[in-house]
Amino acid sequence: MIKVENVIKSFEGRDILKNISTEFGTGQTNLIIGRSGSGKTVLLKSLVGLHEVDKGAIYYDDICFSTLDFRARKAIRKDVGMIFQGGALLDASTVAENVKLPLDLFTDQSEEEKMERVNLCLKRVNLENAHKLYPSELSGGMVKRAAIARAIVLNPRYLFCDEPNSGLDPQTSIVIDNLISDITKEYNITTIINTHDMNSVMEIGEKVVFIYEGQKWWEGTKDDILHADNPELNDFVFASAMAKRAKMSVK
Amino acid sequence: MFKFFESIGKYTLLMQKVFSRPEKRSIYYTRIMHEMETLGLNSIGLTAIISIFIGSAVTLQMAITLESPFIPQFMIGYATREVMILEFSSTVLALILAGKVGSNIASEIGTMRITEQIDALEIMGVNSASYLILPKIVATIFFFPFLAIFSMLIGIAGGYGIAEITGIMNPTDYVEGLRYYFYTSEITYSLVKMVFFAFCITSISAYCGYYAKGNSLEVGKASTRAVVISSIAIMICNLVLTQLIRT
Repeated sequence: MIKVENVIKSFEGRDILKNISTEFGTGQTNLIIGRSGSGKTVLLKSLVGLHEVDKGAIYYDDICFSTLDFRARKAIRKDVGMIFQGGALLDASTVAENVKLPLDLFTDQSEEEKMERVNLCLKRVNLENAHKLYPSELSGGMVKRAAIARAIVLNPRYLFCDEPNSGLDPQTSIVIDNLISDITKEYNITTIINTHDMNSVMEIGEKVVFIYEGQKWWEGTKDDILHADNPELNDFVFASAMAKRAKMSVK
Repeated sequence: MFKFFESIGKYTLLMQKVFSRPEKRSIYYTRIMHEMETLGLNSIGLTAIISIFIGSAVTLQMAITLESPFIPQFMIGYATREVMILEFSSTVLALILAGKVGSNIASEIGTMRITEQIDALEIMGVNSASYLILPKIVATIFFFPFLAIFSMLIGIAGGYGIAEITGIMNPTDYVEGLRYYFYTSEITYSLVKMVFFAFCITSISAYCGYYAKGNSLEVGKASTRAVVISSIAIMICNLVLTQLIRT
């Protein structure tokens, strides 16, 4: 479980996150949604410690992550996996080397054991034939799947995904969404996904937090969205005329 | 002025991070070997070409300039040796390497920064500064002095070759000049300088890349900045070290 308590973050005097409090449960896919520039990426980066919060606290289960020093955070980070928007695979390494890197750095396993784990993770994301390929030789969907394999190689307890579907076609997006959702259930991970893909929200949004102008504006499940009366949320989720008609018909 | 001191502070903090205890030594060993190949071995061709031509050109220039019955011919070999050992194979070669290796390091690390690869390493709990920069610094500090020795040999050989080919001077006199008043301390001085230059090039370029932000345009700017600042640092370092060691 990850808990956010009264988090405030500003850059150069401009408030980006304004007193955000929420909770992300274990074994479920938690989605942060919001317009571009609403502060959801800053929130995600604050959660993983890439940005320091100005005020407030972030708890990983019972540990207050935001007050820990670099060394103490390092211990928690071994339990954290993150999938970046562009995949963030190391360009100079092959897919297998990318996935193996956390094992090389943090375990004392033999080369055979490491390769066995790499093979297992790559198989899990349907990339068993991509070991020797470099990131530049992969399609967008393959990059995301390789990033997922790297994120889960150390059996993380927390998984963060920053817009995992950006740049992907709708079908591949659903494949990635379902893969993340399945892995969340399989390993009982606390997964937090940053997205503005409404297909993802409706497909895997077990908990949805809507960020509007740096504030938590609404939270609920994907089913609650259909019946929500929050005008900003409805404007965002049902932006097109067709979606608005669909919402009316549900009502 | 404030920005200058801010940069010095950021550079110092980065170096502190770079020289903190490595995560796993075996990984670093592999990375150092890889960097030696990328930054060192891959610079041999450029070093050879430039050194041979400069060695030849210096010999020709000396032969033309020192054409006088009062100056013995072996002085041409002597002057070529001094130019190659004392300045070209350390300072000028370092400036050339700042262009090649420095821009390579800044653009590589800068690209990693803007594509969030560095963030990915940090999330894994890796000290990204140490993981990415330390192997490069160690590799260049060890390898660049060999490039300097290689450059001295090739440059001097180039001078001999041009003497032999053009007949502008007697090659035997050239060799005599090479042996005239030769002190090995000159080579030591040159190699010590190269160690400092290697550190300047790698650390400054890495710093410029590490703090790049924005888009690919910024990576290009970081790369240019790396070459300019490294070159200035080399010149200042050269002056200071010459004063300290040679006087």
